[in-house]
Amino acid sequence: MITITRQHVVGAVMGLGLVAALGSGSAQAGEYNITIDPVTIDTGDFTRSGVGFNGASPGPVLRFKEGENVTINVTNNLSEDSSIHWHGLILPFQQDGVPNISYPGIKSGETFTYNFPIKQSGTYWFHSHSGFQEPDGAYGAIVIEPKEREPYRYDREYVVQLADAHPHSGNRIMRNLKMMADYYNRKQQTVFDFFKDSEKMGLGAALSDRMAWGDMRMMATDIEDLQGFTPLINGKGPDQNWTGLFKPGERVRLRFINSSAMTYFDIRIPGLKMTVVQADGNNVQPVSVDEFRIAVAETYDVIVRPAEDKAYTIFAESMGRTAYARGTLAPREGLTAEVPDLRKSPLLTMADMGMSHGMDHGAMAMGSATHKMPDGSSMSGAAHDAHSSTTHKMPDGSEMKGAGHAMPDGSQMQGAEHQGMAQGGRHQMSDDAMMKGMDHSAQGAMAQSGMDNSMHGGMAKGGMAKEADSFYASNSGLMPSAANGGKFLSYNDLKAQKPLYKQRPPTREIELRLTGNMERYIWSINGVKFKDAEPIRLKYGERVRFKFVNETMMTHPMHLHGMWSILDNGNGKWNPIKHVVSVSPGTTVYMETEVDAPGQWAFHCHLSYHADAGMFRKVVVEGGPKEQADASAVRHEGH
Amino acid sequence: MTLQKILAGLVAPAFVISVLPATPVQAEPLIWGVQAEQTEFRYGKDTDVFAWNFDALVGSDELKLVWRSEGEFATKNDNFERLENQLRAQVPISTFFDAVGGIRFSSPSTGNRFDGVIGLHGLAPQFFEVDADLFVGEYPSARLDVDYEVLLTNRLIATPTIELNLPFTDDTKYGKAAFGPSLEVGLRLSYDVVDRLLSPYIGIHYERSFGGTANIKRSEGEDAGAVFFLVGAKMIF
Repeated sequence: MITITRQHVVGAVMGLGLVAALGSGSAQAGEYNITIDPVTIDTGDFTRSGVGFNGASPGPVLRFKEGENVTINVTNNLSEDSSIHWHGLILPFQQDGVPNISYPGIKSGETFTYNFPIKQSGTYWFHSHSGFQEPDGAYGAIVIEPKEREPYRYDREYVVQLADAHPHSGNRIMRNLKMMADYYNRKQQTVFDFFKDSEKMGLGAALSDRMAWGDMRMMATDIEDLQGFTPLINGKGPDQNWTGLFKPGERVRLRFINSSAMTYFDIRIPGLKMTVVQADGNNVQPVSVDEFRIAVAETYDVIVRPAEDKAYTIFAESMGRTAYARGTLAPREGLTAEVPDLRKSPLLTMADMGMSHGMDHGAMAMGSATHKMPDGSSMSGAAHDAHSSTTHKMPDGSEMKGAGHAMPDGSQMQGAEHQGMAQGGRHQMSDDAMMKGMDHSAQGAMAQSGMDNSMHGGMAKGGMAKEADSFYASNSGLMPSAANGGKFLSYNDLKAQKPLYKQRPPTREIELRLTGNMERYIWSINGVKFKDAEPIRLKYGERVRFKFVNETMMTHPMHLHGMWSILDNGNGKWNPIKHVVSVSPGTTVYMETEVDAPGQWAFHCHLSYHADAGMFRKVVVEGGPKEQADASAVRHEGH
Repeated sequence: MTLQKILAGLVAPAFVISVLPATPVQAEPLIWGVQAEQTEFRYGKDTDVFAWNFDALVGSDELKLVWRSEGEFATKNDNFERLENQLRAQVPISTFFDAVGGIRFSSPSTGNRFDGVIGLHGLAPQFFEVDADLFVGEYPSARLDVDYEVLLTNRLIATPTIELNLPFTDDTKYGKAAFGPSLEVGLRLSYDVVDRLLSPYIGIHYERSFGGTANIKRSEGEDAGAVFFLVGAKMIF
């Protein structure tokens, strides 16, 4: 066995791409040492104390080889308990690193030795799963070299690890959010916004819009709970400008990892097409895009081919457009390219509140009367996708009344949900008239102008039809579009390169309603916080279909540990294999899991403050092969 | 809000305390903080007044203990026109409202007194922050306090407030007459300098008594109403 010293690992972080197992012939067993340390974080905007690995935040890039057995000695140099979770890795549950579920955690001053086989390849990451150490800086990247040749080529590669460093400590942020849920929201609508809207849509409409939100005691601007952060790329703030070098004409693989506590990013490299080849560590059928959205804790590998001898900006805007991460791809050190401006902040709509029925139907009355989709389905069909057949609960838990599903023409909505929509192919809106139809709904009812603006903007600029995306509520304010009017990656585009499992019908379905109380900053599943919840019990060998119904107005990246999440995006056997499934407000999303890992696992929203506030479950997998089922020997009390 | 719900909310704190140790599964971080809505100096025609109003809270989603302190110190006679300290337990009874139960110790210059408090605290539709309290004791009274925030920008905020006190009995010691309400209306313009930690403001405060309470004031040679200009700071920690 080979001991990789701290220097080696730090070397890897310098982007040298060292393969960690340096010895010859011993690549099948690597030993690694990681320390969890108090560190200083300098973002260029502020300096604070935080938590890191091997003396730095972000920690090292760990480079494993598929098939290798790794031994990782983790020493906790903090004055409090800590842990490391290997995000996305398939391993025995005792090695998963979640305190009180996998193991007790690592006490101050102690060393825990992880030992597990590497059964996969691709881009992953690791982070502390204790308290708010991850938002405080305790994260690093994992790159696993595959056994077999990958179905794409590249000349060089970089890890591009995003984070949302905040000047406040995680504990302080949580306390502030509990004291005042909008503590960090500095994008709230002001009286001047109201005047502007009155001018645009008329006083009555503007007033009824504000009244509708006020009646719910919710805010259309509630997209980023946590603002005031500095987005980082590989630990560097926008002004510190992380730079990756290339030679013109080279294919560069960028391994994007979103290690943010709370922030989704929309990523583009002006002047370059990006070919998405991997999502969450698993190869996907290549898709060429201009821009993509990365949910918290997801990874996307893209290949770019900068042909010109000039610099390109990697530009990652936060979903709420409150800040951006910026790095540069350059042929030489010191070169920079233009940094775009932030786009206008989006606003949530009533559709995002799961309330679009009445209003959408208004829109549909106009839409379906005159406008047909190119594929022949009517607008009404497209608008249905957001609405699962279940009853719609308001975020405050009260049921919606009188939200009949009847169509204006009297026909009933059939439970047209996501996959139906996706299977039906993409719905392109082909004309401006459609947009106008939507606008009317905005006036007649309460839809915010945000969506309409962004759509009109997109249309005007790109002259391209905006694709309906079944992973957003129809008329959602969060629906993204590419800055250059081009292709924006959708979950619908993701198709597995090589399915991991045989396609088979699920053995059962488990509904998980994503619930919360924004005003009190309580987050839960099926209305129950983790503290009060029973574990989800699964049987080894079953294939479970999880149905996420997002009843909140926030987007939740749901992460199941230990087993793959097969996102049902309507691509059948090519459904992509992920470890994070993002669920937009007002939508229902399905994923399937082959229950093939005995033991107990964590299952939670990966927004740090949502997970901590209770949007978290323990999953217990019962049964399974004897040799793996030492699970039963290490039952932890509690839950 | 039905009376039943309120009563249930008042019984709930004891219940929550009794079940807390039984479920030590996932430790949620303790919620605590101090929120001072008003710490200000009021300039008046008759007298200047130093006034404060803060909540210091500790607890969980299910139960919060709040120390609420309110004081008005008049510089003219160096006396406390109002000095109240309440210990309040808050328990959620709906999405946006907590039931409140506790005690109030009043110790203005005219004498000390204890009352019981039951009330509601929460956010009403259209974002009105509401405190509705019933003070129970020998001299029962009710108080309604409503605040609203108008965002001129995301940091420059105008906050109109209104507080209505209604005594149910004659209370000569505190200078109040049965069903003689007193009203306080304020408007503060604040700017968030550091996060929401410190927000200095300027404003105007108007108070006026009505009915028997106004008569008592007049009989003491004071006006029933008074206007103050004020400077102060809002703090949240």
